[in-house]
Amino acid sequence: MDWLTEQKIPLGKWIKVGVDILNDHAAGVFDWISLVLGSGIEGMIYLMLACPPLILIGLFTAFAWWLHRSLKLALTIIASLLLIINLGYWESTMETLALVVVSTLVCLLAGVPLGIAAAHRPWLYRILRPILDLMQTVPTFVYLIPALILFGLGVVPGVISTVVFAIPAAIRLTHLGISSVPKTMLEAVESFGATPRQLLWKVELPHAKKTIMAGMTQCIMLSLSMVVIAALVGAGGLGKPVVRALNTVNVAMGFEAGLAIVLIAILLDRVCKTREK
Amino acid sequence: MNAVEFKNVDIVFGPSPKKILALLDQGQDREEILKSSDHTVGVHDASISVEKGKISVLMGLSGSGKSTLLRCVNGLNRPTRGQVLVRDRETMIDVASCDKHTLHRLRSERISMVFQQFALLPWRTVEENVGLGLELNGISKHERHAIVQNKLKLVNLEEWGNKFAHELSGGMQQRVGLARAFATDADILLMDEPFSALDPLIRNHLQDELLDLQTSLQKTIIFVSHDLEEAVKLGTHIGIMKSGKVVQYGTPEEIILSPANEYVEAFVSHLNPVNLLKGTSLMTPLDQLKREGQEYFLDRWGSYRLSLTGGNPIVRRAGQSISVIPFSELNKDTDAMQETMLLAKPDFNMKALIEYLWASGTPVLMEEEGKVVGVVGEEEIYQGILHSRNLKQSQIQ
Repeated sequence: MDWLTEQKIPLGKWIKVGVDILNDHAAGVFDWISLVLGSGIEGMIYLMLACPPLILIGLFTAFAWWLHRSLKLALTIIASLLLIINLGYWESTMETLALVVVSTLVCLLAGVPLGIAAAHRPWLYRILRPILDLMQTVPTFVYLIPALILFGLGVVPGVISTVVFAIPAAIRLTHLGISSVPKTMLEAVESFGATPRQLLWKVELPHAKKTIMAGMTQCIMLSLSMVVIAALVGAGGLGKPVVRALNTVNVAMGFEAGLAIVLIAILLDRVCKTREK
Repeated sequence: MNAVEFKNVDIVFGPSPKKILALLDQGQDREEILKSSDHTVGVHDASISVEKGKISVLMGLSGSGKSTLLRCVNGLNRPTRGQVLVRDRETMIDVASCDKHTLHRLRSERISMVFQQFALLPWRTVEENVGLGLELNGISKHERHAIVQNKLKLVNLEEWGNKFAHELSGGMQQRVGLARAFATDADILLMDEPFSALDPLIRNHLQDELLDLQTSLQKTIIFVSHDLEEAVKLGTHIGIMKSGKVVQYGTPEEIILSPANEYVEAFVSHLNPVNLLKGTSLMTPLDQLKREGQEYFLDRWGSYRLSLTGGNPIVRRAGQSISVIPFSELNKDTDAMQETMLLAKPDFNMKALIEYLWASGTPVLMEEEGKVVGVVGEEEIYQGILHSRNLKQSQIQ
């Protein structure tokens, strides 16, 4: 078997060289992305923390009420958020919320147009599909390392790896929604003289709305599941106490922070679900 | 004046349709081409002229290419070869070769379409669905509302504008489809089996409504159907299609009375002609009647004889003259009709003529502008039922 191991293919080195080249020559681009995303998140956290917690809870509840008109949901939100304040995780929760919101926004802003483009061009989807599979199966830590090198320590590499992990859901579900528009429906609207742009805005997007919303909910859930990993590269939020609890074998802290993450997940899921008829 | 003309249209589906045309020209048929090259011949060498303001029906079984041909008119299908000319005021535009911009204009102004599965947008209200074409053309909401209300009234749905499309029954949904097609005031209406998905009763009802609307709207309608009964009821012309070819194109009566081949004949033989055939096509014209001197034989045996020498028709039976009364003086009492001969208009249908024959027991004379032009007796009725003109020649000898 010696012949097989004698000459090792320098696969890892190639990748490293690639990352180094990016870091040496495109550092400006990455710094810029880092600045924009970083200050976006920082700003959001600052605003949320500047607002007194009780008022913010009131705003969240009002928003959920406006969407769903459900007393049960409103009470759940108030009870959960009060519990989080009581446990002392309000600040971390807001940081996590900001991370999730920004990651989801990036996923949608990039994912929905890509999904639409892929639905219109089968060749593009053929290229995208293996890449999306790769993004969802490669262990997160593997791309966390280059993200760290390119974007530096902090919340930004956390967001970037969260986006890499979550964006396939947005792309896939948008593709599904757009490509499942019945052909006769498109032809009917086309036969009245619709341009491709009108077809997109008046038929495809309204028809795919539900599926795209489902993609958004998935993005949010996937982003939440990345909170702990993001904390490893220096992002704040609820992941931080979990990591610290792991390092100090602190069962109490681990469970409290974990409960806060679960509560946020439940609330976001309920709020984002489309209203049943 | 023709509103739409199909000229030698071939439509082939597959990766390289142009190459298949040569095979078609060599006389290969659909099945051979499908086997040897994996191309589907949708339509082969179709030429039809559709008159302005008339309803032309493309009739055939599924897979006969009728929808494929229809969809050429608004460019949903592009012909592989041939021309599809559509009237745009004084000029004829070839949809098969025109540019995107022209096609777009034709779709938004000249041509509209009604679909078998309605193809309404379920997240829009009835009103928003009907206004779709106008909305795409950039007409303001205010203006749209007035037009849409008007069209909804046309199809008796004015109360339903704020409902969602899926809350309506199938028949009502298709009325919305009709109103949507009327909304842009396009003068050419393409209807792709619009009533096939509906119950027979509703279908019949909508057919009647369409005919009613057509008398006032006078659109050029190309209607696709797999039902000959429907075709005959609606069509001023019918094109029968089989395996992508137009087998026969003509008026309903031409198709019923002289089917071009066995295929058409098989279709026609299942049809009940009683409501469809008119005196014009049933009657034996005056000049084809047997004569003896100045007297015409009104039946095979010459038991009724007609003379026109005095100007007014005089009919004798076994030497005795019997009275001839115009339709307008007809007394509904059947006993009084016995042994009188009726003068009827040639546009009476077969059913009415059979009723008169039955009541009077004598043949019925056809008159146009005060002149006798022909006769319908038992023999003519039998021929009509058997759909054959040949009967006459073979039986007379």
